[in-house]
Amino acid sequence: MHGRIRTWGPGALVLLPTVLLLGYFVYGLIAWTFNTSLTDRHTARRGGSVDYVGFENYTNLFHEDRFLNSLKNLGVLTVLFIVGTLVFGLIWALLLEKGVSGEGVFRSIFLFPMAISMIASGVVWGWLLNPSQGDDARGLNRLFELLQLHFLENAWWTAGSRWTTMAAIALPAVWQLSGYIMALFLAGFRGIPPELREAARVDGASEFKLYRHVLFPQLSPIALSALIILGHMSLKLFDLIYAITGPNQFRTEVPSILMWNTLLRGDQAKAAAIAIVMLAVVAVLVIPYVAYTVRQESNE
Amino acid sequence: MRGGLSKTLALVGAAGLLAVSACGNSDNSSGDSNSSANKDVTVFTWWADGGEKAGLDGLVSVFNTECKDYKFVNSAVAGGAGANAKQVLANDLQAGKPPSTFQAHAGAELKDYINAGQVDDVSQLYKDFGLDKAFPQNLLDNLTVDGKIYSIPANIHRANVVWANPTVLKKANIDATKAPASVDAWIADLNKLKAAGVKAPLGLSKGFAQEMLVEAVLLAELGPEKFTGLWDGKTDWAGGDVTAALNKYKTLLTFSNSDREAIDWADALGYVNKGQAGYTLMGDWVAAQQLADKVPDTAYTYWPAPGTAGNFQFLADSFTLPTNGQNPDGAKCWLKVTGSADGQKAFNTKKGSIPARSDANPADYPKYQQSAMADWKQDKIVPSCAHGAACTAGQNNDILSALSQFSGSPDVAKLQTALGNAMKTS
Repeated sequence: MHGRIRTWGPGALVLLPTVLLLGYFVYGLIAWTFNTSLTDRHTARRGGSVDYVGFENYTNLFHEDRFLNSLKNLGVLTVLFIVGTLVFGLIWALLLEKGVSGEGVFRSIFLFPMAISMIASGVVWGWLLNPSQGDDARGLNRLFELLQLHFLENAWWTAGSRWTTMAAIALPAVWQLSGYIMALFLAGFRGIPPELREAARVDGASEFKLYRHVLFPQLSPIALSALIILGHMSLKLFDLIYAITGPNQFRTEVPSILMWNTLLRGDQAKAAAIAIVMLAVVAVLVIPYVAYTVRQESNE
Repeated sequence: MRGGLSKTLALVGAAGLLAVSACGNSDNSSGDSNSSANKDVTVFTWWADGGEKAGLDGLVSVFNTECKDYKFVNSAVAGGAGANAKQVLANDLQAGKPPSTFQAHAGAELKDYINAGQVDDVSQLYKDFGLDKAFPQNLLDNLTVDGKIYSIPANIHRANVVWANPTVLKKANIDATKAPASVDAWIADLNKLKAAGVKAPLGLSKGFAQEMLVEAVLLAELGPEKFTGLWDGKTDWAGGDVTAALNKYKTLLTFSNSDREAIDWADALGYVNKGQAGYTLMGDWVAAQQLADKVPDTAYTYWPAPGTAGNFQFLADSFTLPTNGQNPDGAKCWLKVTGSADGQKAFNTKKGSIPARSDANPADYPKYQQSAMADWKQDKIVPSCAHGAACTAGQNNDILSALSQFSGSPDVAKLQTALGNAMKTS
């Protein structure tokens, strides 16, 4: 008995703080939020009687234009953001992988945007994405104006369809995170043993076939991780959009901003319901990934 | 390696313990400060710099002489129109740690706090301090919620003011000294300006500036009674007159700058000052801004928004008495100073607003405020939704969302429904 405690005791002791803190601050508060979302606590009033209303807050949400609009915005943003970041990240990684002089310089340049906080880059992008055109153009439109690229000038997020609106919002996010994805892919390329390339070349594979059939398949676990990382970042994106467009901007509102607005007006139950919907959306993405990773690891 | 790992884990564990013990400490220390510092009056505002800070300092100097027993503790959170401050305040109130008094827009915006049981009725203080006589009856009516008043206004601002650049207006031979008689006449003038080569004659910015413009158009088209009725439920939002007014607002938008969603009101004012635009509609804090920017008196003119002459659309910053706040007696002394003639003079001459009391002496104030004070006495007083006098924060939030949608894709029917729905919620 004494011997057994000695084997698992220290481990458990060391884990205990983490388990307690995570249990309370993450899972406990998720449970508390979910509980709030089932009530009619629509004010910031402390105490007082609170009734349980089942899933009424959720059904109301899914009948509300503003919430559905924010969900659609989020879907479009996520697609554009993931595709854009993966494409640029992969292209940059390929270019660097082919070997350029001054690789370190380029790698740093591509990675630097990630070091800037989203709220700061959001403020600057807000200026860059000024919708004025022609003689009054400012920001990026001014640059296009000076370069005589008039066809590139546009109203950014302030007009047009949902896709063009959210593309303007995805642009800064892509700019900010492509470097990170590049680093992931570059590490992936570097991790592929040189023997594989040599073997392929000896067998007479063209450069394209080498990438298509030998190197890219080796990158798929990295691509999957990148997809998950980008996906959950996009679903939680708040500061960048808030800094560019401000609160209460219907065109670019995503659930996180709507939740903030809702909470600020004291409607705690509805804000909690939005939070739980966001959590569910992220879970749909993350849980299969975690299950997959766990299975992979137990197979090894 | 093994040693390294267990060391790391031990560190993490220690950090966890520290975090827990830190929580315990902070509880203790706040308990101490409560017992030792019951002279402190914590005043929560979003007046952190510029004329607002100067106004607050003026108020504090009066407080220091009038309320010698108490000590003023500044608890200001910077950020335009209280955007950050309201978040901090919501957290403090939620945590049951209200300041001694906090700033809030007077009127319906207080409903959120009233419904949440966070502010006390101060009607009795109005009688004690004689404010029920000193403030105009019209204002008292606008402050009263269900027969009670929950805050004491420190100042009055006017929302329905148009600021114009006479040099620009001259290009189209428009008389800058007189306001167009109606919204239609204004649209005619805007057309003339456009014909004279001013591409975006109406300077407009995002968010509440658009809301103020809609309100000014509604006020002009519906008149003060029906306009006020929009906010208290007596006027139907679905009415044909509202549709007509919103159509005029839609026309006005076509005269405005295309970057209206991306700029702030000070930028829109800049367009007017630089001669890129002829007009901008904004509250009378513009007067203080022009003074601060050293724009000479001759470079701009101002008049009530077209069609709204004789109406004073007001908003007021006010102070509350939070429920279970720290040091309520000290807070009452602060409120007394806020409502007093000396306090209002010290505050308003610096902040660029006018006093809520009708017994103030106009000679103490700069040029713009003198004219505003004259109007305040004789005009019909109507509330502003954009600044919390007529609607709750939630209603305001929904209206701003609907207007931002309208700015990108103008659909009058959709806007009208959205505005009506916004006012149905609380």
